[in-house]
Amino acid sequence: MSKIASKDDAPLLRMHNIGKRYGGVTALDRVDFACRSGSIHAVLGENGAGKSTMIKIIAGVVEPSSGEVFFDGRRVRFINPAEATHNGIVCIFQELSLLPDLTVADNICITDPPRRFGLIDGRAQRRRAAELLARVGCADVHPMELVKDLSLSRRQMVEIAKALGRNPKLLILDEATSALTAADVASVYAILHRLRDDGLAILYISHRMHEIAELADVCSVFRNGRHIETFPKGSHSDDEIVELMIGREYRHVFPPKPARSAPPPPVLAIERLTWSPRLHDISLTVGRGEIVGLGGLDGQGQRELLLGLFGVLRGVTGTIAVEGRAVRPTSPRQAKTPAVGMALIPEDRKTEGLMLPMSVRDNVSLASVAQLTRGLTVDRAAEARRIDEMIRQLAIKVDDIDRPVATLSGGNQQKVVIAKWLMTSARIILLNDPTRGIDVGTKQEIYQLLRKLADRGAAILLYSTDYDELVGCCDRVAIIYQGRILRELRDAEITEHNIVASSLNLGLSGGAGAAA
Amino acid sequence: MTPAVPRLLVRPEFLAFAFIGVMLLAGSLYSANFLSATYLLQQLQVAAFLGIIASGAMIVILLGHIDLSVPWVVTVGGMMSTAAAGWWDASLALPFGVLCGFLIGLVNGVGVAVLRIPSMIFTLGINAVAQGLMVLHTGGFAPQDKATPFMHWLSVEHFVLGIPNALFVWLIVGGAVAAMLARTPFGRYIYAIGNREAVAYLSGVDTRAVLIVCFAISGACSALAGVLLAGYSDKAYQAMGDAYLLPAIAAVVLGGTNILGGRGTYLGTVAGVILISLLQSILSVMQMPEAGRQIIYGCVIIAMLLVYGRGSRVQG
Amino acid sequence: MIELRLWISQRSGMLLAIALFVLMFTIYIGNHPAGLTVNVATTAANKGVLLALVAMAQTLPVLTGGLDLSVGMVFILCNCLASHLIIGSPFQVALGIAAVLATGIAAGAVSGAIVVYGRLQPIITTLATGAVYYGLALLLRPVPGGEIDTDLADFITYQLFDTVPTTLVLLAIVATAVWLPFRLSETGRGCLAVGSAEGAAFMSGVAIDRAKLLAYVLSGLLAAIAGLLLTFITFSGEASAPAGGTYTLNSIASVVIGGTSLFGGSGGIIGSIFGAFVLRTIEDLLFVFDLPPLWQPLFQGIVLLAAVSLGAGRVFRVRNRLELFG
Repeated sequence: MSKIASKDDAPLLRMHNIGKRYGGVTALDRVDFACRSGSIHAVLGENGAGKSTMIKIIAGVVEPSSGEVFFDGRRVRFINPAEATHNGIVCIFQELSLLPDLTVADNICITDPPRRFGLIDGRAQRRRAAELLARVGCADVHPMELVKDLSLSRRQMVEIAKALGRNPKLLILDEATSALTAADVASVYAILHRLRDDGLAILYISHRMHEIAELADVCSVFRNGRHIETFPKGSHSDDEIVELMIGREYRHVFPPKPARSAPPPPVLAIERLTWSPRLHDISLTVGRGEIVGLGGLDGQGQRELLLGLFGVLRGVTGTIAVEGRAVRPTSPRQAKTPAVGMALIPEDRKTEGLMLPMSVRDNVSLASVAQLTRGLTVDRAAEARRIDEMIRQLAIKVDDIDRPVATLSGGNQQKVVIAKWLMTSARIILLNDPTRGIDVGTKQEIYQLLRKLADRGAAILLYSTDYDELVGCCDRVAIIYQGRILRELRDAEITEHNIVASSLNLGLSGGAGAAA
Repeated sequence: MTPAVPRLLVRPEFLAFAFIGVMLLAGSLYSANFLSATYLLQQLQVAAFLGIIASGAMIVILLGHIDLSVPWVVTVGGMMSTAAAGWWDASLALPFGVLCGFLIGLVNGVGVAVLRIPSMIFTLGINAVAQGLMVLHTGGFAPQDKATPFMHWLSVEHFVLGIPNALFVWLIVGGAVAAMLARTPFGRYIYAIGNREAVAYLSGVDTRAVLIVCFAISGACSALAGVLLAGYSDKAYQAMGDAYLLPAIAAVVLGGTNILGGRGTYLGTVAGVILISLLQSILSVMQMPEAGRQIIYGCVIIAMLLVYGRGSRVQG
Repeated sequence: MIELRLWISQRSGMLLAIALFVLMFTIYIGNHPAGLTVNVATTAANKGVLLALVAMAQTLPVLTGGLDLSVGMVFILCNCLASHLIIGSPFQVALGIAAVLATGIAAGAVSGAIVVYGRLQPIITTLATGAVYYGLALLLRPVPGGEIDTDLADFITYQLFDTVPTTLVLLAIVATAVWLPFRLSETGRGCLAVGSAEGAAFMSGVAIDRAKLLAYVLSGLLAAIAGLLLTFITFSGEASAPAGGTYTLNSIASVVIGGTSLFGGSGGIIGSIFGAFVLRTIEDLLFVFDLPPLWQPLFQGIVLLAAVSLGAGRVFRVRNRLELFG
């Protein structure tokens, strides 16, 4: 393997004047981009900035409308991912390319498996899979397990093992670590550093600044389909980078939190909520006008808590009280009724929040259309009025509410999901990582919106994997560890340090109540 | 969709009606009175039976499911209505027949919505059970299988302006279905479930209830068609419904409804029904032997779908 | 040990089908007046293998996440063709067999090509192609008739070495010669990949088109073998639409009973074979228990319903209701 490439070497990948149009929409506009061997190259940009499109062109998933791609000195034009892989470009997308019903070994060797007499050699395949799994630190995964029986974190590691097995010259990771546990993330960083030192070129797309700082040697920023700037690590501050991404001055502003003299009346009171084996004895209150955050490492039960409150889980014990009355919703339909008044913004907007081919109108009114009737039929005029109101309130960028919601950008799509629930005038709003994968500009708008809703009397329970969000938005933060509330942080205690420490079950520093 | 071609022209409903025009033209070249009012009304009368079945079939297909119990539920409708006339009173014939279909549909709905058994296979099993029940019914009891005068009148006669009554029944059923789909919240829930049931569920829609009701409606429609068919032939007989399942599905799909659910309009189904009925009748007017009819039937369906029923290239 | 445990848990549907068959067949033989004689076994085998072959044909498209509603009609078509061609000198007989198999392959190829290149849904495609194949069958045999080489027919429908029904041996040979190489080939595995997650399969570089085409082509071949067998058993060809329809629907039921998922991606033909055997044994059981003929169709229907509802118990064990949605 060659050593780290010097600055004078020709770039491994060069894109010249690349353009991509989908109908009337320009996804990429005259992009010039280059990437060198032996470097980790981060690509940053908001949703809709064009990073994913560029990656898809490199990986052979789509073809460019104009321009040329040069790889390893030759002009290339890939018509499908298989061709790109064959040439040494391997891509790990956010949507995994694993086949859930097949074994880990089958998945890892899905193309070009070891053969014997023309047929697949199962034993050699298992050996190869075991080798690669060990390389990524997942020796506990058995090659004969079905992928669908693995946790999401393990699945992403299998995906990485599979990518390594293809002996890439250029490895592309598109938000590939979003579901990993902290230990696995450290593992992946180590692997990427090792690969870089071995001479691989690595393209890394992520929204998380912490990651970029840890990993990248070089950063490129995209905005509105254009390549804005490429710079080495350390030459810009985080704020400067964000400004490049959004194209205007950026201030880390969260809306101010109200000062409270006394705890507000509880709207949602949870007592000893249990759902074995994932939730134990959870007791928590959310008061009128409060934003309470759920923190902690991934997969400690936060998602299950929200689903359990919303009536999706069976076998939940304990008490849930809304404005003093005991309730036990056994379905989202019950949770939605005015007596309970809950709303849930789910984790994955594409599979749980939106019907992508259907219109914005149909999506926004889905949860409230039964109330928008005149007699037996829907009052379309009233519906349109209320939807327009929502669109104004949330500043959703859409020109025609009867166009499919799939045509909206990611941030606007998430706003549609929120709008759907605001139409029900819910008093308790549960949010499952609502700003994951959303551009910075929209994130700000959502924070403002949450505080406005709280000020109007809603009780908000917010699960987030973004520390800045928890620190900036929440009045209180409950850290969940192995299905229990380990600690509640309030006011000055809510710092990134304390959240991280509590998540790992360590002691606190600063603020009141420093004892573990 | 490129802006050059107006969106209207590539809509499946428009193309289906265009094909109907083509067929009417072809038919008129073959026989002079093909375009006469009497003949056309006759066609619509026969199409009405298929149309009523297709109304129920379309609703289930919109949900992303399929109802393969149509053949024997049609027969149940026919046989139970004539039996009711024999056991009790002629006025109970139609309601009882439809009720039986409704109840079978409820069972289908429970199997699919509550037990989560794939609809294709559950309705298949129900179809077999319905067949068994009808064999039992006709086997031992010297059953009353003669249609009531009302059933005959409804199916064959003309009430006003020479328009067949059966067509009126289709108009009523079809009108109700179309209105429900396009104008009511229930209709929105149907499209939502067909698009993504999990999203509908998480948005607070009672997906189980919607599924059960829709399968019940489908059963009722099939049974109603069976009652009318019994009226048409003046008696109910075994396997009355066998010839209607595949044409009903074909009609729904040719009308632009996506077989996977979530997309389609009732107008399209109307076009699809008329298309299939016309095709079948042209083939019989040409005195085409059964063999040729089947081959042409299959080829025409494929050809039409290749024009407007194609999926998109898999892009990952 | 882990590997054995994994192997068993991943094939629970198939193993259940095998157990069900063994149970039912034992009850059947136990109550049969003649017991387990060679003739009883041969009759049962002949009927069972006939459905098993059609069920095998259905399995392959189902694995890719599709469905083939034309298998019954290809079956009938090949039956009618065979009743014309499988007669005469050994050379003519061999040529006839080759022609019938080629017809099955062609039929499968046409359906497959329309699904792959036309990008039409399999259900409606095979509905339409089924009608075409039925029409062709009618052209070949407007009325039932025809003949077949009696020596060959006798050979196939009796026993080898006076003990083992020949059709069972035939089934085993077909399963080994067709399924095994398919399952272990990259394209064959590609079929499962396509059924499991077509988008992910594309991203992984799986040759999707080739996999789907192969599934439909092999399906046609297997249906043709079944059609040949039918001709050997009935000594004639008949273009019977009810028979074709029944075989198609029973093949779907066999596939489901055998543990293959209708959504695609998991399962195999061993399960479908035993699913077919289970279905056939149900019929025989009714006969043996002297159920009044009037009640038989109802009972058959109920047992079919029960058999395909086997997987329903899962609903009551699921604790996160979101998992119920596909």
